[in-house]
Amino acid sequence: MNEKGHIVKSFDTDLTEISNLVMRMGGLAEAQLAMAIDSLVKRDSELAQQTVQGDGKVDELEREIDNMAVRMLALRQPMAADLRVVIAALKISTMLERIADYAANVAKRVIAINKLPPIRPSHAVPRMAQQVQAMIKDVLDAYQNNDSDLAMQVWRRDAEVDESYNSLFRELLTYMMEDPRNIGGCAHLLFMAKNIERVGDLTTNVAEIIHYQVHGHEPEKARPKGDETSFATVTIDDKAEGSE
Amino acid sequence: MSQALADRTARTGVPDDDIAVSGRDISVFYGEKQALFDVDIDIPRQQVTSLIGPSGCGKSTFLRCINRMNDTIPGCRVTGELFLDGEDINSPRIDVVQLRARVGMVFQKPNPFPKSIYDNVAYGPRIHGLVKNRGEADEIVERSLEKAGLLKEVKDRLQEPGTGLSGGQQQRLCIARALAVGPEVLLMDEPCSALDPIATARIEELIEELKANYTIIIVTHSMQQAARVSQKTAFFHLGQLVEAGLTERIFTSPEDERTQGYITGRFG
Repeated sequence: MNEKGHIVKSFDTDLTEISNLVMRMGGLAEAQLAMAIDSLVKRDSELAQQTVQGDGKVDELEREIDNMAVRMLALRQPMAADLRVVIAALKISTMLERIADYAANVAKRVIAINKLPPIRPSHAVPRMAQQVQAMIKDVLDAYQNNDSDLAMQVWRRDAEVDESYNSLFRELLTYMMEDPRNIGGCAHLLFMAKNIERVGDLTTNVAEIIHYQVHGHEPEKARPKGDETSFATVTIDDKAEGSE
Repeated sequence: MSQALADRTARTGVPDDDIAVSGRDISVFYGEKQALFDVDIDIPRQQVTSLIGPSGCGKSTFLRCINRMNDTIPGCRVTGELFLDGEDINSPRIDVVQLRARVGMVFQKPNPFPKSIYDNVAYGPRIHGLVKNRGEADEIVERSLEKAGLLKEVKDRLQEPGTGLSGGQQQRLCIARALAVGPEVLLMDEPCSALDPIATARIEELIEELKANYTIIIVTHSMQQAARVSQKTAFFHLGQLVEAGLTERIFTSPEDERTQGYITGRFG
């Protein structure tokens, strides 16, 4: 933000500390998602269980950031750019908490899915997750460096995730129709994919807040959106075509 | 006057109905020293505008231009144009006594006259010939004290000296005194800096009520106060008007680096 320090130096210390907390929480949420996906790829229920348990640490950090933000608002009455740093920390921490929740949910489904025989499309989910993980990494870099250009680049990339989700959605429906025994596993994969797609959305929200923190307003243009699955249906004819 | 007004409207494109006070290229010199540099500003009608900035930045100097208080300072020279309702207040046709009735002022330290509460308020209307008899004076005193939110507290002791009131009450008495002559604009030069937080809150509440009928310009060193009471904020630094705009914008995303530095506590 501003290169010059505050006259009251402990205010600078507080601002640095709250940003560091957000970074730490971001790193933790990022690791939670990586672990969840790893447990899916390796069919490792123990790792999945660790991921579910790890969510508590993220929640703890969120509370810490909340308390710190409230304390700063009450005691420092931050203004302008300082105020935006505090508000951004509050909002970003909420989103990171949601991201970690989705990661934990994916891990729970890994435990369920591992009780079933392996199904093929489980490879498509990690591929989609890779896109989202790269977005999270970049958005956290953008936060650390106050880089709204990088944040906006992440913001635009969400359309690709939506595309991946659309194609995965269709693929899974096809599998389910081919053999009803796949339905259990595919339904879990579908929810995982939806969770990961939501993580992508939350990551773009974080990008918007970084833009706000730097410029004082949200980005002007509406975000490109590509998730069309809310309108998608698959009929028996589709299936017949698909299986031919 | 009308030509100057037309020029101004052409330059700014601001509808005059919404602007009570408008300054163009205002510079102020104390002898050789220039205290204010080419200030251009429009003060909206029936709103609260706060002037903020570090000590010696020129905000009080600018405030004093609006009722020509600078005239009273030897060696002080004001250049530029200042309009009140489209009328150039530095024009020779302006009666300064009348001007100061239209533009009331409240100071940092409450300064009631060493007279009764009643006489403090009735003094202005009397010398301006606004009241003909005791009945009219009673009415105006009561109304002004009511507007200043003081009537309830003093109605049984109007003949007691004004200086016997508490600091906050004295300040509201000064506001009542300013209101008694029916001003359009109220200038307040750090009106709360000598008051405790409760008395300050009362004055702020009063400012909120008064803005329905008066244009208020307040100089304050409390950023929180500016944020609480004003709709528009102007930031002065080293005699220049750095930035003016909606209070909300100034305090969330100021454009100028200096404004940012001042309001976030990085210099000043």
